[in-house]
Amino acid sequence: MPQVSMTVNGKPASGEVEGRTLLVEFLRENLGLTGTHVGCDTSQCGACVVHVDGQDVKACTMFAAEAEGAEVTTIEGLAEADGTLHPLQQAFQDHHGLQCGFCTPGMVMTGVALLDRNPTPSEAEIRDYLEGNICRCTGYHNIVKAIMAASGQDVSKIAAE
Amino acid sequence: MYAFDFERPTTIDAAVKALQSEEAQALGGGQTLIPTLKQRLAMPATLVSLTAIKEMQGICEDDQGRLCIGGATTHAQVAREAAGRYPALADLAANVGDPAVRNRGTIGGSLANNDPSACYPAAALASGATIVTNDREIAADDYFQGMFTTALEEGEIIIEVRFPVPQAAAYAKFEQPASRFALVGAFVARFDDGVRVAITGASEEGVFRWSVAEDALTADFSAGALEGLRLSGEGMISDLHGSGDYRAHLAGVMTRRAAAAGG
Ligand SMILES: Cc1cc2nc3c(=O)[nH]c(=O)nc-3n(C[C@H](O)[C@H](O)[C@H](O)COP(=O)(O)OP(=O)(O)OC[C@H]3O[C@@H](n4cnc5c(N)ncnc54)[C@H](O)[C@@H]3O)c2cc1C
Ligand code: FES
Ligand code: FES
Repeated sequence: MPQVSMTVNGKPASGEVEGRTLLVEFLRENLGLTGTHVGCDTSQCGACVVHVDGQDVKACTMFAAEAEGAEVTTIEGLAEADGTLHPLQQAFQDHHGLQCGFCTPGMVMTGVALLDRNPTPSEAEIRDYLEGNICRCTGYHNIVKAIMAASGQDVSKIAAE
Repeated sequence: MYAFDFERPTTIDAAVKALQSEEAQALGGGQTLIPTLKQRLAMPATLVSLTAIKEMQGICEDDQGRLCIGGATTHAQVAREAAGRYPALADLAANVGDPAVRNRGTIGGSLANNDPSACYPAAALASGATIVTNDREIAADDYFQGMFTTALEEGEIIIEVRFPVPQAAAYAKFEQPASRFALVGAFVARFDDGVRVAITGASEEGVFRWSVAEDALTADFSAGALEGLRLSGEGMISDLHGSGDYRAHLAGVMTRRAAAAGG
């Protein structure tokens, strides 16, 4: 079986994989990083979004072997070593951006990717960027609000409280 | 998924060679092929990834002023880098699927797959693009041969797509909200010698040129010129998302919107 090596959340990670091993399987099963979720497995829901070389991708729709040599960041890599949450994680907590939490890792990783490219997105830009992330609990308002709040914007005018 | 061997060559030559082996298949961004493999609708013995081939990535301009896009260039990169030279094409790329799909999916994969609801085939056909493979150059007019069917031979890969840049152009997409593909999309492009109109998402034959609309827009490039022109629902895709008649109607509406936006 081929060997694959990458950097995951700043640490070297390697292992034996099959050609068909998905990146999300490598993360969850080989590395035990189960924060990255598999919601649909059909590339629709975004629960599995991680960053590969700074790009948000669906880890269920990429082979582990494609990440050879890459820098991968998962939800486990966002908080500080002392447990201080990433500002967007904190904003999800403060603004009730999650209910069951299943979609949350993908929502947060997608939100972080958006804020990297566009530090103060409008509500419409946030909703557009979340097109590939499905949540069946929150109705999205508080997710949008959390992302806006994390970017330092006034969220008092965002829909449902 | 069935098991397969995985190769990740770094040159076009090595990829072409690897693709000559029995039951080998190219892998672009995997945004179509991986879901297909998961459903066991494909069973390659070897997958040959094109994503590590630098010479197939990026955008440049040739001496005829055409925009040349490497076959393994992602939709996200086209959206960013074609915006100055060919805004309608960048806009199309920026609205394919969702951000994560755009960060992996490639122009070569989209054109090779030729999904009847895909966006890029409309841009390539309306622009009169040239599809450059490891072996030859194929005019868009000869390339698309019906749903999921193209002029590509077994083992042939798209290494570049060359787009003549029109004076004015626009793509109007009526999105199918569940799949994020086009329910119907229309790409209108005006060149010195006339207007080209390509419709995707509608016909059972895949992307096609709407020649009556082309003539009308060549005479008068405005939405008004299309008044009263309609396509027949005959031969249009009919499924739970829309009847053939509805798609024919939408094709008219999308073409008018594209003409209005491009004019
Ligand atoms: C949720 C979702 C939404 C989407 N929405 C849209 C949309 O709105 N509009 C749209 O147009 N598309 C959409 N797509 C499809 C997307 O654009 C795919 O990226 C594209 O169709 C296939 O490109 P790929 O690089 O991922 O190819 P792959 O999936 O890797 O390959 C597809 C096929 O092309 C072949 N192939 C790949 N690269 C080459 C090449 N260079 N030369 C020859 N053959 C090659 C493969 O062997 C395979 O048969 C969507 C996909 C998803 C998952
Ligand atoms: S699990 Fe990857 S998109 Fe749903
Ligand atoms: S919080 Fe439950 S799916 Fe989003």
